[in-house]
Amino acid sequence: MSPKNTSPETMSVFSPQLAARFDALVEKYPVRRSALVPMLLYAQDEVGYLSDAVIAEVARRIGITELDVRNVASYYSMLRFKPAGRYNIQVCTNIACMLRGAYDLFERFEEELGIGHKGITADGLFSLEEVECIGACSWAPAIQVNYDFHDELKPDLVPGILDGYRGQAHADSSRPEGSR
Amino acid sequence: MPRLVSHPDEVKIVSRRFGMGAASIDRYIELGGYQSAKKCLEQGPDWIINEMKASNLRGRGGAGFPTGMKWSFVPKQSPKPKYILVNGDESEPGTCKDHLIFLHDPHAVIEGALIAGLAVGAKLGFIYLRGEYRYLLKIVEKAVADAYAKGFLGKNIFGSGVEFEVITQTGAGAYEVGEESALMESLEGKRGIPRIRPPFPAVVGLYGGPTVINNAETIASVPHVIEMGAAAYAAVGTPRNGGTRLFCLSGHVERPGVYELPLGYNLKKMIYEVAGGIRGGRTLKAVVPGGSSTPVLLPEEIETLGMDFDQVGKAGSMLGSGGVVVIDDQTCMVEFALRTISFYQHESCGWCIPCREGTDWLKKSLTRFHAGFGRAEDIDNIRYLAENMLGRTFCPLGDAAAMPTIAFVKKFRKEFEDHLNGKPCPYARQGVPQLTVV
Amino acid sequence: MPDVTFTVDGKKLTAPAGTLLIDACRRAGIEIPAFCYYPGLSLQAACRMCLVRQEKVPKLQTACTTQVAEGQVFYTDTPEVVQSRKAMLELVLGNHPLDCPVCDAGGECELQDMTFKYGAGESLYAEAKNHRDEQQWSPAVFYDRPRCILCYRCVRVCGEGMDVWALGIQNRGVNSVIVPNEIGKNGVGNHLDCEQCGMCIDVCPVGALTSGSYRYKTRPWEMNHVSTICTHCADGCKVTLGVRQTHEGAAIIRADNRDKSGINGDFLCAKGRFGFDFVNSEERLTTPLVRNAQGKLEPASWEHALHTAAAKLKEIRNARGGAAIGVAGSNRTTNEENYLLQKFARTVLGTNNIDHERSTDYAAFARALAGHTGKTAGLREIAFAPAILLVGGNPTDEHPMLAWALRADARLSKARLYIANDKPIKLVRQATATQKIPAGGYASLTGFLEAGSSSFAKAILAEESLVVIFGAELRGADVESLVAWGLKRGNVRFAYLGDHANSRGAADMGLFPDLLPGYVPVTAPGAFAEYSGLAAAPGMALPEMLAAAGKNELGALLVVGANPIPRFKLDPAALQHTFLIVQDLFLTETAALADVVFPAASLYEKPGTVTNTYGDLQMVVKAADRPGVKPDFEILVRLAGAMGADVKTLVPFGRGGVSADLGQSRGVQSGEADRHAVWLEAHGLEPRLSPFDPFAVLDEMERLIPGYTLNRINLFGGNDVRTEPGSGPGFVPVAALAGADLIVPAHDGLFTSATLGRYCRGLNELERHQEREHAAAAAD
Ligand SMILES: Cc1cc2nc3c(=O)[nH]c(=O)nc-3n(C[C@H](O)[C@H](O)[C@H](O)COP(=O)(O)O)c2cc1C
Ligand code: SF4
Ligand code: FES
Repeated sequence: MSPKNTSPETMSVFSPQLAARFDALVEKYPVRRSALVPMLLYAQDEVGYLSDAVIAEVARRIGITELDVRNVASYYSMLRFKPAGRYNIQVCTNIACMLRGAYDLFERFEEELGIGHKGITADGLFSLEEVECIGACSWAPAIQVNYDFHDELKPDLVPGILDGYRGQAHADSSRPEGSR
Repeated sequence: MPRLVSHPDEVKIVSRRFGMGAASIDRYIELGGYQSAKKCLEQGPDWIINEMKASNLRGRGGAGFPTGMKWSFVPKQSPKPKYILVNGDESEPGTCKDHLIFLHDPHAVIEGALIAGLAVGAKLGFIYLRGEYRYLLKIVEKAVADAYAKGFLGKNIFGSGVEFEVITQTGAGAYEVGEESALMESLEGKRGIPRIRPPFPAVVGLYGGPTVINNAETIASVPHVIEMGAAAYAAVGTPRNGGTRLFCLSGHVERPGVYELPLGYNLKKMIYEVAGGIRGGRTLKAVVPGGSSTPVLLPEEIETLGMDFDQVGKAGSMLGSGGVVVIDDQTCMVEFALRTISFYQHESCGWCIPCREGTDWLKKSLTRFHAGFGRAEDIDNIRYLAENMLGRTFCPLGDAAAMPTIAFVKKFRKEFEDHLNGKPCPYARQGVPQLTVV
Repeated sequence: MPDVTFTVDGKKLTAPAGTLLIDACRRAGIEIPAFCYYPGLSLQAACRMCLVRQEKVPKLQTACTTQVAEGQVFYTDTPEVVQSRKAMLELVLGNHPLDCPVCDAGGECELQDMTFKYGAGESLYAEAKNHRDEQQWSPAVFYDRPRCILCYRCVRVCGEGMDVWALGIQNRGVNSVIVPNEIGKNGVGNHLDCEQCGMCIDVCPVGALTSGSYRYKTRPWEMNHVSTICTHCADGCKVTLGVRQTHEGAAIIRADNRDKSGINGDFLCAKGRFGFDFVNSEERLTTPLVRNAQGKLEPASWEHALHTAAAKLKEIRNARGGAAIGVAGSNRTTNEENYLLQKFARTVLGTNNIDHERSTDYAAFARALAGHTGKTAGLREIAFAPAILLVGGNPTDEHPMLAWALRADARLSKARLYIANDKPIKLVRQATATQKIPAGGYASLTGFLEAGSSSFAKAILAEESLVVIFGAELRGADVESLVAWGLKRGNVRFAYLGDHANSRGAADMGLFPDLLPGYVPVTAPGAFAEYSGLAAAPGMALPEMLAAAGKNELGALLVVGANPIPRFKLDPAALQHTFLIVQDLFLTETAALADVVFPAASLYEKPGTVTNTYGDLQMVVKAADRPGVKPDFEILVRLAGAMGADVKTLVPFGRGGVSADLGQSRGVQSGEADRHAVWLEAHGLEPRLSPFDPFAVLDEMERLIPGYTLNRINLFGGNDVRTEPGSGPGFVPVAALAGADLIVPAHDGLFTSATLGRYCRGLNELERHQEREHAAAAAD
């Protein structure tokens, strides 16, 4: 799930696993194109963002123009055209979370990380984003880090969450490439 | 992990298997799973649709359209394949119930979709989850694979020769894609722009084929309706409002959570008894009864309000998606209005003028207003703007933005006026950050 | 669909069931405002300007998507509807820059007009407007997002209409933006790789898309808007020229499709839109040139130049006979000019040595159709034909309007398009079935169809009616066998693809050594026997004349609007012994060799008629004025006059003087210009009587050319009229003639237009842009 460190432009665009997943996906639907949105998301998960090379590759695999892929991709707010941090922290500030202190939480993340909305830490480990409702209203305030939910949060829990991911990153990087 | 709650007033039907490990197919079967589908296979389409009609089950996605009736609109004969579409895009602020269904009882969705397929003669169903629910997608994918393995899905379900397949699908962040025709566009790999109607999905839907689209909770209720029998199910709610709903209580209540209560349950009781009252012993200022797009209600409006589609409608709001957002007396309603409209501005698909431009202007005006730079005429302008969006947009998202705005201005005009004359927000915490979501 | 009756604003209206309410209302004169609705393109229901009240329906309904049904009741002018329109404008103006004073569209902007009409004068908002910088996407297209109202017309016309799909919509909500298909780094340097047709600019209701050739040049109300016919390809699109007075005449500032009344409907291609600037080119000839004693061309007065040319022609004719003189006509001059040219050649010069640069074998086509009427298809019929067989040709590049019509027909009327070609042309994307023909294998096509064994042939044979359109790949016997096959089948009509604005007219008007106007053989001249001094023997074809010149056997050659040197890859030395007279716009390779050069007016600077390749005849209207030049018609008349010919015989105008003889003393052969004047007056039109008035020959043309009757009300009303020269009973076709090998199609592409195209700077720029795009794509 975490982006690779290597530049997508210089590598073959998809890993063999991702390529295989795509091949299966496009065949699954009555219409190839139905695979587009999931494909973009999965590609982003692997590459980190929708680089020009990813767009071109997806367009080729589905058989539509790059323009068409961009038209679709730019519609969806989870898809991005620039890299995010390895752990993208998405703080919901929508009404239910707001009522239970989401802004304080968001500010605490800003303080701890030294970045604002859509910022990335210098080491590329974290990025921060204020997002719309993530469907955890009854357990507010809630955040997502990449796809993991953390709910019923308080600002004081922020350092612990960040440390957890730092530890995970450390553990990942000491394991050999490919085992992640 | 979302915390499960419970309360003695709850009538657990859809949530019956929550917390019981029913995501595992064996456990689901142990708890009576896939029996309803089997029964439906024996009874046939007309029987199923009649049961659904008799159950008074109404759509849990927001509009409350009678489910049996919706299914009956699908033409019996169709040159194009028919489809079942489970709407698990759950993005209406205040709503988190489908989340729990996918987490705890994914097979109920699969079984419900299968029954819908049997009812209308569809051979393929899609379960569409919002992109943020990736961890739930994995659970649903596993459940689907298990159901295939057991022969509940596939070319020959229950060994009957009947075919029904399920494909899971993920979105990638777009509230508008929860709208039924936009969801079909998204599923076809396009921008989530709604379609012109008519034709309606039941006639021309996904890939041009007749399509039943239902909310995940609606679909998850279906096996229970069959299991209980339509009459018993209908008896749980109020007239024309069969069964229960998962109410997502959030905001300033002591015990927020998702509670399953019969339709028609009193809202005041829901807040004060089920959810434990207002947090910290404060007083209630307002409640949003059915997700962010439903007009806000004042304390005096909820005294005797039974939470079903008809009663909430009569009270000038909507039962919506089941998201009950409770607001205490320390909250700035202008800020609340601003945060609500910011959401719609962010989520407008941009197709039509009134929604695209209207939400943007409302957000800008409210941002300025809340920051203390309001002009007296802004208050009427905001209302004028919202009223001129209402009913004129391409899809109901514009209404969803306009309706609550009108209610905020109407019901909290004094709070708006208190923001005038260059004062910073007199209600909320200091230093409210400028909204940055773009 | 059966008709239904419904009520709008209390008026009972009738329309076929399923008609869109907006169309039904507009036809009944009830205006429904709309931005996003555009007839022929997919429905959007996005702008919400067309909302109306329907009885018994809770919400206002969009007239652009509502299909009328029996008994419905609508209101389009209630206070509620009026308020809704006003609010919609307020909303869209909220983020609009309101820079009308500097906007190209100011004065012809639909948003401006609607604001004027429906209100929204005062601003309710105090917020800053969203801004984005303007982008240049190509030499032709600029995009200004703040002005864009997101009606998606451009996206649809490019995709659905052009099948190019070069425009998209990105982002969502208020950040939505129209984007071109090539994305620069970080969105900067976005550009278009497309056919550069400029249709997006035309359909844009506001000034969001502006034209590279027009932007900031002038204001719409400072121009006269003259609708005429495009000078480039053989489709014959109507183009509206924006003309402004200058100190030396009138200059064309813009070309577009503002007047959508033409045969081309909504369409105009890059050449029509951007290929007008040759008119204003500095390289235009503006004074006659005569070769001096030193052998150099030098400017001369018209008198001197005419006298020099006339004297020489007369001398050669008198000394060596007409057979020593050759004449080459043009694919771009008018029918009247071509008619006059051949009459001049045949009656004044006394020669049948007349030809033109043949683009396609119209003569064989006429011969094949001899004796049949109603067997050719005009562009309008093609556009609505239920089934089309396209043999050869490449309409997308060479006949863009035809391609547009075929796409629209397939898209909107579900027409079946069958394509037989040796190349994979782009239109196969709209084809029902395709058949690959081996290069050079078109001869066997008729047999292949007749055999009916392939699925392709079977499908065609199953069609009840068919339009067969074929390209210049088919000539001579191949044309005849295909046409014979179709005539045998019945319900089949034909169209043949030539290459320039009046290639068909040049052929129809008898610019042939063996054929008189209307494909009447010189050997059996019929009504043309009245031509005094008509030689009975066919003359030389153009290559033969050029060969004769090379052998020092041709005394003089008159070339009108043609450039045979490069076309026939001729050694310039071949013409050194021939007295060469050239009428042209530019000092072309051929003109540079001439002894006398006359600066000619372009098709945009004179009146007359032209005939497109489908036989649709249309009027061209004088738009611009260039001092020093003269229309070819006038040059020819003056040349004849200078030779001492009887001008009134050549151009039957006002015999006995303009005022003396308005229609009283005319015989069959005389006073035809007067009759023309009488006809014009009777129809409330202004009569112009002058030997230089090209319409003076119109009566004679109609009288002499078989099957050539013009619907003049329509013609002078600016419409296209059908012609079928050579058809009709009694027409005797000449026996098989050699000629197929004389055809040299120009095969012009989207941005080229034979010699003329070289002088269109805008087109050259577009071509270079597209070459760069292709090079970049290839490098990827
Ligand atoms: C803007 C918008 C967003 C919506 N989002 C959702 C959603 O997230 N989930 C859902 O089930 N229905 C959503 N709906 C309602 C659907 O359009 C549709 O009515 C519903 O899926 C039908 O299912 P039901 O009959 O079971 O309620 C939305 C509607 C609109 C207009
Ligand atoms: S550029 Fe013009 S035509 Fe295109 S969407 Fe904008 S306003 Fe419409
Ligand atoms: S014309 Fe009907 S919505 Fe635009």
